Order: sequence, then structure tokens, then C-alpha cells
Amino acid sequence: MVWLLFLVIGAGTFLLRFSVIALWGRLGTVPDGVERGLRFIPPAVLSALVLPAVATSNGHFEVGPRTVASLVAVLVAWKTRSVFFTIVAGMAALWVIQALQ
Amino acid sequence: MAPILLGIVPFGLIAGISAVSVGLTPVHGVGMSILVFAGAAQLAALQLIGGDAPFLVVAATALIINARFVMYSASLAPHFHGASTGRKALLAYLLTDQAYAFSIRRYAERGEPISARLSYYFGAAITLWVTWQTATAVGAFLGASIPEAWSLDFAIPLVFIALLVPAIRDRADGAAAGVAAVLAVMLIGLPYNLGLPLAAAVGIVAGITVERVRS
Repeated sequence: MVWLLFLVIGAGTFLLRFSVIALWGRLGTVPDGVERGLRFIPPAVLSALVLPAVATSNGHFEVGPRTVASLVAVLVAWKTRSVFFTIVAGMAALWVIQALQ
Repeated sequence: MAPILLGIVPFGLIAGISAVSVGLTPVHGVGMSILVFAGAAQLAALQLIGGDAPFLVVAATALIINARFVMYSASLAPHFHGASTGRKALLAYLLTDQAYAFSIRRYAERGEPISARLSYYFGAAITLWVTWQTATAVGAFLGASIPEAWSLDFAIPLVFIALLVPAIRDRADGAAAGVAAVLAVMLIGLPYNLGLPLAAAVGIVAGITVERVRS
């Protein structure tokens, strides 16, 4: 089941990547409205993944150690724009908070 | 290219470690990286697999995240016009945020012939591929030996934060992110993790609406 899942995601992802490159010259370009919608996918999906993962407990909103560590990570991400420093700062913040508890 | 590679190494390590920490084998982690080769979608799928989400929700979420590749595909298509279908398929498989950003900058600066454009793209994209596969493999095979007390599963949302923050460039992006985040928390009780795609869809509509009102 896991391999089938990876195959489906992999094949679908390939088709998304290949789409316009393959059809170029045979079809028109991507409609403007579609392109505008695609732009908002990363911010919308990523934030819908992040907030429930760091600010809920047993299905309810709850501020906990991971919420606070995430705020530190947001600040570092904003200042440094670095994946590396964001991970290091977020993990360090969580470990410090856990050690203090 | 060095700073980009430095950014994807920890990201890849975490993708490998996460595969093991949600209960898959290291071979699953490596196989997923080769078949999917898209970090954010891989981590989202792993987070959902860890939460026992159903097959369709995991697949749909990963593909929604990867829908942005249509945008890159459209942007690069005129530059690859004239290449053979086999080459086009290979460069499509290798297409990532980083390979796109790297090559489109070069193509905007110089009017090179197709052969030079292709070698530049493949040079960057293959370097990224090898780095990513190596990092996920190392992560996947080390993953089992990392103690749970380190809370390394927290690295998944941290990677998302690192990708999310630079993606918010104006109020419309902010509206999309804010609405999706709040709604995702409110809808967390929905069955099959359906809150996630619903919240993201409403967030996208919010972004489009704000952009339209402002322009």
C-alpha cells in the first residue's frame, strides 16, 4: 500500500512537472486565473500543515512548548531566510523549553 | 549554488529521518525520494501517514502541494522548446523549486542556444538530485538510531515554517496563509484529515480575493 501511494504521488507529480513543457506549442499557455491561484498554494497549504501540528492537543487549539518554539523559528526564518538556521533555532528552542519544564 | 545545497541537506536528512520516525523502513524513505523527488510533498505525506490519514487524503495533499510545478513548467516550457521528448521528460522529473529558480534567472540574463540551456539546467538539476538522494538516504539509515527524546519529528513543521515565511511576500499571500492556518485548526476534528485540503482551498480563495480587491 505504501509503495502504491508513492507511485501514485510520483506519477502525479511527474505529470504536473511535465504538463506545459510537454504540451508547449500544441496548446495555449496557462490561463491567467489558474496561474494566479497556483501562486497561493504554497502559503495556504504550508500554513494549514503547520498550525495544527504545533498549536493543537487532542483536537483542540492549545499553546504549548512546540507553539513557542515555532514562534522562535518563524522569527529566525524571517530574519535569515535560511532553512538550516530555522531548523537549528526551532529545535534548540524546543529542547530548552522541555529542559525547563 | 553552494548556499542552496546547504539548505537542502538538512531538509533531505529530515525527510529521511521522518520516514523512519512515522514507522516506515529506510528503504521506503529512499524509494519515496526517488519516486517523488519533492521535499515539501514528501514531508506532508509523511506527516499524514504518521497521523493514519487515508490513502486519498495523503495523495491529494501531496499533489496539491506539487501543483505549483505547473507554474514552473509553463515558465520554462518556451526555453526547452525543440528538445527531444525524452530529454523533456527527464528534465521534468528533475524539476524542483531550486532548479527552476536557478535556471530561469540565467535564461532571463542571456540568450543562449538550446544546447547550452539544457546543459546548464541538467548541471544544476542533477547536482540537486544527487544531494537530495544522498541526504535522504543518510537520514533514513540514521533515523532508527536517533532517540525519541530528541523530538526530531518537530523538524517537519520547522521545515514547513522555513518554506512558508519567504512565500509570504504581500497581503494576499498573508491572507491565504492566515485563513488556511486558522481554518485548519478549527476543522481538525473532521474525519479523514479533510480539514487540511478544505482549509487550504479556502485560503487560496482568500488570497485571490484580497489580490483582486487591491488591484
